[in-house]
Amino acid sequence: MRALASRASFLAATLLMACSHEQSALAPDGGTARAIYQLFWFFTGVCMAVWLVVMAFMLAAIFRWRGSSPDPMLEPEDASERRISWVVGAGVALTVLILTIFTFASFLTNKSFAEPRPRSVTIKITGHQWWWQVNYEAHRADQTFETANEIHIPVGQPVKLDFESPDVIHSFWVPSLSGKQDLIPGRYTTLTIEADKAGIYRGQCAEFCGIQHAHMAMYVVAQASGEFAQWRAQQLQSATPPHTDQLRRGQQVFQASACAMCHSISGTNAGGRVGPDLTHFGSRMSIASGTAPNTLGNLTGWIADPQRMKPYTRMPSVALTGPDLIAVSQYLESLK
Amino acid sequence: MSAAAEPLRDTDLGESELEARVRSLWRTPRGVIGWLSSVDHKQIALRYIVTAFFFMGLAGIGAVVMRLQLATPDAHVVNPDRYDQLFTMHGSTMMFLFAVPIMQAVGLYFVPLMIGTREVAFPRLNAFSYWNYLFGCLFLWFCFFSNNGPDVGWFSYTPLSLSQYNVGHRADFWAQMITYTEVAGLSVAVIMIVTVFKMRAPGMTLDRIPLFTWSSLVTAFMIVFAMPAVVVVSTMLILDRMVNTHFFDSSLGGDNLLFQHLFWFFGHPEVYFIFIPATGFVSSIIPTFARRPMFGHTAVVLSLVATAFMSFGLWVHHMFVTGLPRLGESFFTASSMAIAVPSGIQIFCWIATLWSGRPVFRTPLLFVLGFIFNFVIGGLTGVMVASVPLDTQVHDTYFVVAHFHYVLIGGSVFPLIAAVYYWFPKVTGRMLSETVGRWNFWIAFVGFNLAFFPMHILGLEGMPRRVYTYSAEMPWGTLNLLSTIGAIIFASSFLLLLWNIVRSLRRGEAAGPNPWDGDTLEWATSSPPPPQNFTRIPVVTSLTPLWEHRETLPAVAGLRVDRREVLVSTLTEAEPDIRESSPEPSIWPLFAAIATGCTFLGSIYTPWAIIYGALPVTITLIGWFWPKGTKEDES
Repeated sequence: MRALASRASFLAATLLMACSHEQSALAPDGGTARAIYQLFWFFTGVCMAVWLVVMAFMLAAIFRWRGSSPDPMLEPEDASERRISWVVGAGVALTVLILTIFTFASFLTNKSFAEPRPRSVTIKITGHQWWWQVNYEAHRADQTFETANEIHIPVGQPVKLDFESPDVIHSFWVPSLSGKQDLIPGRYTTLTIEADKAGIYRGQCAEFCGIQHAHMAMYVVAQASGEFAQWRAQQLQSATPPHTDQLRRGQQVFQASACAMCHSISGTNAGGRVGPDLTHFGSRMSIASGTAPNTLGNLTGWIADPQRMKPYTRMPSVALTGPDLIAVSQYLESLK
Repeated sequence: MSAAAEPLRDTDLGESELEARVRSLWRTPRGVIGWLSSVDHKQIALRYIVTAFFFMGLAGIGAVVMRLQLATPDAHVVNPDRYDQLFTMHGSTMMFLFAVPIMQAVGLYFVPLMIGTREVAFPRLNAFSYWNYLFGCLFLWFCFFSNNGPDVGWFSYTPLSLSQYNVGHRADFWAQMITYTEVAGLSVAVIMIVTVFKMRAPGMTLDRIPLFTWSSLVTAFMIVFAMPAVVVVSTMLILDRMVNTHFFDSSLGGDNLLFQHLFWFFGHPEVYFIFIPATGFVSSIIPTFARRPMFGHTAVVLSLVATAFMSFGLWVHHMFVTGLPRLGESFFTASSMAIAVPSGIQIFCWIATLWSGRPVFRTPLLFVLGFIFNFVIGGLTGVMVASVPLDTQVHDTYFVVAHFHYVLIGGSVFPLIAAVYYWFPKVTGRMLSETVGRWNFWIAFVGFNLAFFPMHILGLEGMPRRVYTYSAEMPWGTLNLLSTIGAIIFASSFLLLLWNIVRSLRRGEAAGPNPWDGDTLEWATSSPPPPQNFTRIPVVTSLTPLWEHRETLPAVAGLRVDRREVLVSTLTEAEPDIRESSPEPSIWPLFAAIATGCTFLGSIYTPWAIIYGALPVTITLIGWFWPKGTKEDES
């Protein structure tokens, strides 16, 4: 029964991951990404035309004289030089015109992004080597909560992201929703994202941030506002208390071993602030910042030997006996 | 010219006796000591070129290894640590140890020949610069081979490169070796400026300076103004790491964006001091093969100067996603777009020259046409990344990797290979094989485009730069594989070039002084040029002297033949001004470079090395400048 459940959850997770690779500037689904996409095709279209015209002139210039015997040395005639000067001059004028149009198109698009808009949700994103800490802000402390590597947003509403980095420079980039924004230690940066329709959008750190820069992904889950409110309410809860002996053993192992020194699980004694908050770990899609789907098998492998899945990760190997390892993994998966 | 009658002058001698005398005067002494003491600009330039190509080969092999790692998802060709070292070494080598030095080196070889002089200004400084450059390259690659190569990218952004995040000495090696090799770059720039300004053959007024010489001059000025920025920033970095100066530690009032501003204030002009000499190659090759003088010579010169000025006002477009104010960013969009205008003018002038000439199809021209094809793509994607909104999507993705490889390989390496085919006969006296040359071109052209075009799409599909691997669920596998195949094909074109060179060195057809019927002065002397370059310094009466005077060039008379003598001329009109003696070969520049190198190497481990190192550096400099009792120069 449990095997079946775990297989089903594996399938579900794999499916989620498989259809969630929307990480492309060519598949925009949100406000600024869409405008940039249109600007991209405008630029690309004009540039292709320019390139074709230049190539046509170049090929015509060299094939014009194909077959005619080379002169020892040509003395350019004034009349033809003047004619060519006009063509070159026209080319330069056209270049200036196109560049001016490009500059203004770019400026206007950029300006439209800067227009202030009411934002219902504010999320603080903190970049770490190599994972994303996600804090939902609120006016009341009991309405705030923390999660990691997965950002849920309501569809059709602009969401404000405030960025912070305590270690090195990272860059937040979910191409289907928006351009990227660096997270720079000592500087405040911000970005507004918006999804036009429900879906799962993948993003990835875009600024080289050290040896596991390649495995620093995150998911943005855009949900209808009702579903989002539900998710939010659920995230505000403390962790589900273990209800079987096996899970209770898992919790005990977690709290007694090195796990609790880095990770928090609200409602338990685990209060480490170094690694991701695991209060609702079981509800997340991926482990190790998008490195693998969140399945019991992957999780067990990850805890047993983190350096294997993600070499040089900051998570150390914790010596656990086989049964303890299984128990702790099952416990974490139960934290929905 | 009313000197006393005692010194022997060229007017007193017959042609063959004069040739023999001047040749023995300028010859580099034989033997190992002689070889190490050489100050001949041609020998030094050739050493630079060979060294630069050698390290390009290493960095190129590194690139192929990276491509193999990325060819398939989740590959294990190299581990992530090695991968980071590879891309850091690839970028640092290609930018600092290959592209800039080789462009300067081609200038060191040909500028004196093109302007009709016998030696560069400051020949010993030239020798010193080469040794520094060589030691810098060797040190940096020695680190890599001892698994200690820098691993924070060729840009070494803080705080990742600060000691909290980069323990050991990897980033220190990067910082000090960059500073050290830039000593060479700055030296050559100074040499180039003085040589072009003061040593041109009589009659070579400003409007008769060949375009390649212009491009070398403009580049040298850019280097003098841009390189200090990177020297400053890499020195600040090592100070932060070694003596806790906190320039970049934000928790103690430092600023990480300061690093980026300083780095790119150098970094963007750097792209243009790789590109501008390449346009100089193109502007030399196109008139020769179009069989007519360059169309719009003055416009091209002004474009070069405009590019140089404007290139200092674009650096912020590397920082569009750091959260700078939007209005300020838009200014840099406008300036980055505007620099396309002078580049456009040059392209139009090249096409106009071909249009109104009678193009002769030889390998150099093929590479030049390939250059126009590729560079226009790179230039247009450059216009795209100049736009702030577009850049926020493509910045730090494979789109940008594609863009700058189109600009740097398409825009500079293709002209460089064209230049190799064009000037190889002058340097060696033998022609490269035309058949192999054509194969070389087509393999390079196809391989290059196959390797780099797919990267545009990869970047748009969300693949960031500097990732050592990617997961199989990302839709990037096919294009990456294609790109790797292209990279291997492109790399093999360099093996073909190498084979062509090795084969032609032994069995190539004899070239004669002017195999392509070129118009500039380097073709007036024999191939390879004699140690003195010109037995008699020519007098220049037009922009295309060799097409003007098909029989013999007018020449200067009255130079002494009992010492190495060069003619110093006035800046604008190039009127003969002073007859000056050029320094003899000396071993001291090598010793000075060794002392400097040891100082820099020591300073990686302790700041005291600067103090201890000052002594040997001073001693070697005293040896170098020890007065030799040379008489005052005559006006």
